[in-house]
Amino acid sequence: MDALTHFLFGKLTWSAIPYHEPILVVTFIVVALIGSSVLFAITRYRLWGYLWSEWFTSVDHKKIGIMYMVLGVIMLLRGFADAIMMRLQQAIAFNGSDGYLPSHHYDQIFTAHGVIMIFFVAMPMVTGMMNYIMPLQIGARDVSFPFLNNFSFWMTVSGAVIIMMSLFIGEFAKTGWLAYPPLSGIAYSPDVGVDYYIWGLQIAGIGTLLSGVNLICTIVKMRAPGMTLMRMPIFTWTALCTNILIVAAFPVLTAVLALLMLDRYVGMNFFTNDFGGNSMMYVNLIWIWGHPEVYILILPVFGIFSEVTSTFSGKRLFGYTSMVYATVVITILSYLVWLHHFFTMGSGASVNSFFGITTMVISIPTGAKIFNWLFTMYRGRIRFDLPMMWTVAFMITFVIGGMTGVLLAVPPVDFVLHNSLFLIAHFHNVIIGGVLFGLFAGMNFWFPKAFGFRLDPFWGKISFWFWVGGFYVAFMPLYVLGLMGVTRRLRVFDDPSLQVWFVIAACGAAMIAVGIGAFLMQLFVSIRNREALRDTTGDPWDGRTLEWSTSSPPPAYNFAFTPVVHDLDAWTDMKRHGYVRPEDGFIPIHMPKNTGTGVYLAGLSVALGFAMVWHIWWLAIVAFVGMIGVTIWHTFNYNRDYSIPAGEVSASENERTRLLGAGA
Amino acid sequence: MSAHGHHHDTAPSHSTLSGYITGFVLSVILTAIPFWLVMGRPFDSAALTAVLVIGFAVVQIFVHMVYFLHMDTKAEGGWSVMALIFTLILVLIALTGSLWVMYHLDRNMMPGMMHEPAPMQPGTTEGMPDFGLEDDTNGAQHGGHD
Repeated sequence: MDALTHFLFGKLTWSAIPYHEPILVVTFIVVALIGSSVLFAITRYRLWGYLWSEWFTSVDHKKIGIMYMVLGVIMLLRGFADAIMMRLQQAIAFNGSDGYLPSHHYDQIFTAHGVIMIFFVAMPMVTGMMNYIMPLQIGARDVSFPFLNNFSFWMTVSGAVIIMMSLFIGEFAKTGWLAYPPLSGIAYSPDVGVDYYIWGLQIAGIGTLLSGVNLICTIVKMRAPGMTLMRMPIFTWTALCTNILIVAAFPVLTAVLALLMLDRYVGMNFFTNDFGGNSMMYVNLIWIWGHPEVYILILPVFGIFSEVTSTFSGKRLFGYTSMVYATVVITILSYLVWLHHFFTMGSGASVNSFFGITTMVISIPTGAKIFNWLFTMYRGRIRFDLPMMWTVAFMITFVIGGMTGVLLAVPPVDFVLHNSLFLIAHFHNVIIGGVLFGLFAGMNFWFPKAFGFRLDPFWGKISFWFWVGGFYVAFMPLYVLGLMGVTRRLRVFDDPSLQVWFVIAACGAAMIAVGIGAFLMQLFVSIRNREALRDTTGDPWDGRTLEWSTSSPPPAYNFAFTPVVHDLDAWTDMKRHGYVRPEDGFIPIHMPKNTGTGVYLAGLSVALGFAMVWHIWWLAIVAFVGMIGVTIWHTFNYNRDYSIPAGEVSASENERTRLLGAGA
Repeated sequence: MSAHGHHHDTAPSHSTLSGYITGFVLSVILTAIPFWLVMGRPFDSAALTAVLVIGFAVVQIFVHMVYFLHMDTKAEGGWSVMALIFTLILVLIALTGSLWVMYHLDRNMMPGMMHEPAPMQPGTTEGMPDFGLEDDTNGAQHGGHD
């Protein structure tokens, strides 16, 4: 009987369900209530069929882009819940108080916060932006491999599902977000947490890598006629460089996690303390991925700021060429700085000085970009709409984060500040002040394109001020604490004089919570007032690039006729030269067909990951064979494309003509 | 223009049966020789054997690129070569960087606590970083010197 149970369920037993942890039980009840009411509502309003056929199986890059954004926002709520729990714990764990989180729970929370925020908030949202905007900017009808795009998205979702499962079945890693061995090795982490980490990231990593291949191919092969490389919108340029970084860097992550997996599952010794293993090699390898990853996140966001700055200043971007070269230089240099993440590991002075200097060098192209944006604004007619507000907030905040980064690039300084809250403050300063502000700028900028109505500015501004103010209140105290020598990931504190700073930081986190709430409110109010916020022109901000030349939201085929590009800022050029929209002569458009294969494969990969985490070998084999089977089955599906009839095209184009006429 | 239909336009070069067979045979030969070098041990020096094995591996990478990936200077309007150069630069950075970093680390960290002490036997692994690749007996001998 025992053998049978073990065969059927592997390491999974009832004790893996954390019903003895009150915090998790309450969390589970809340999640279950929200989840079941959402499921009930979908069933009640008979939305399953609609969601399945219009969204889940869609190969339309626009819908996939929106789904990425939805995934990012949902995971942001989870990641932020972790953040506020940590802030609360650190604010009260003084004067002998142990706080409210036991250490094994607290360690999982800081690990989950980092993993979720980077891999399942920032990455999906950045990928979603690129997915939605880039094909429109280059005048394409979809990406190069539309099915692959759908598959990539669902693999990212699979990874997120596996990470979320660890909340209620078993536990998550207690190792910090990069799972350094030997702590993450089987000797010191015998539980399933690190396995959840490995499988979640490996499965999501497949999606990220394939989406990188897809988007590079799209940019290289599917640009509209006339769009030479140096006429590409800057966001497309940054998307190209980012995806090159993804394709070059993610295999390193996959390899290093695979080695860690071999250590844990089959007793190999790549990173163990004994038998010739070298855990420092893990640190070295993971940062060869990790530093490019930082630029994977920030480069597209630089692109968003460039588009926003030039649109809302009413000017062509200052120094387009230098911006492109700065982006390319950052792409290369991002591979030459990884050691600055472990200056204190024990390499000699020459190694540390080399990487310290390369790190400082990389701030030069970044600084050039800041000046480009400033000079774009100089003598422009600046409109301070929400995207521009986020951009200005970014410029101020990011410069502070950049300066503390250059400080940390000095190895002797890093010896003092490494692993301290100063470092925590620094990277939150650049990731929140850079990536997150950029995503908000992008969402406010492109939302009318995606949905046909603008986002409500009132709630947007409330969200803006609480986010920006909350960021400063939450993280400036951490700089102070870091300078005083407080290290990261501490659960309780001995020195009562530190408490005031942690209380201030907790207030900042509360302000950010209001900012997030206001953002959700902004979405809700905008949907409710969508008729008043409606954009009928397709070009609500007097945009400069091709995505603004089509309707909002764009039709499935994006452009009835492929645009021809004569200059940088193609749409501005077309408007200036009196572009006349064709109103007849439409022809059928050949498009890819929806398929559920991506969902099936992703579902099986969740089963595979879960089975591997719990050592349920039969299920792992079944799921893996199933994935191979579904893949082969999909190759026999020849019914992959269809034509949108000319009549349908002209119907939707005539509707746009009518709207444009009514607006004018 | 459509979302599809771009991948069939141009037939890649070398994608003929004879091209694939040539590539396959070359790969087999280039795999068999290193195998024999390790199993038969025609050279006494482990370092020389290792260098030869790595050399054959590098040649094989190029065989794969030419015969299986169909890369030449003109493919895809030069993008293939660009990608190759970029990849080579990155691989070079990652490999030499890792070797340099780990070698330095090995030299700088307390030698007595490492399995492989920093001063190595001359002529064998001198100047090579320690990834724990040597077999255990070797490590035990080294440990004995401390």
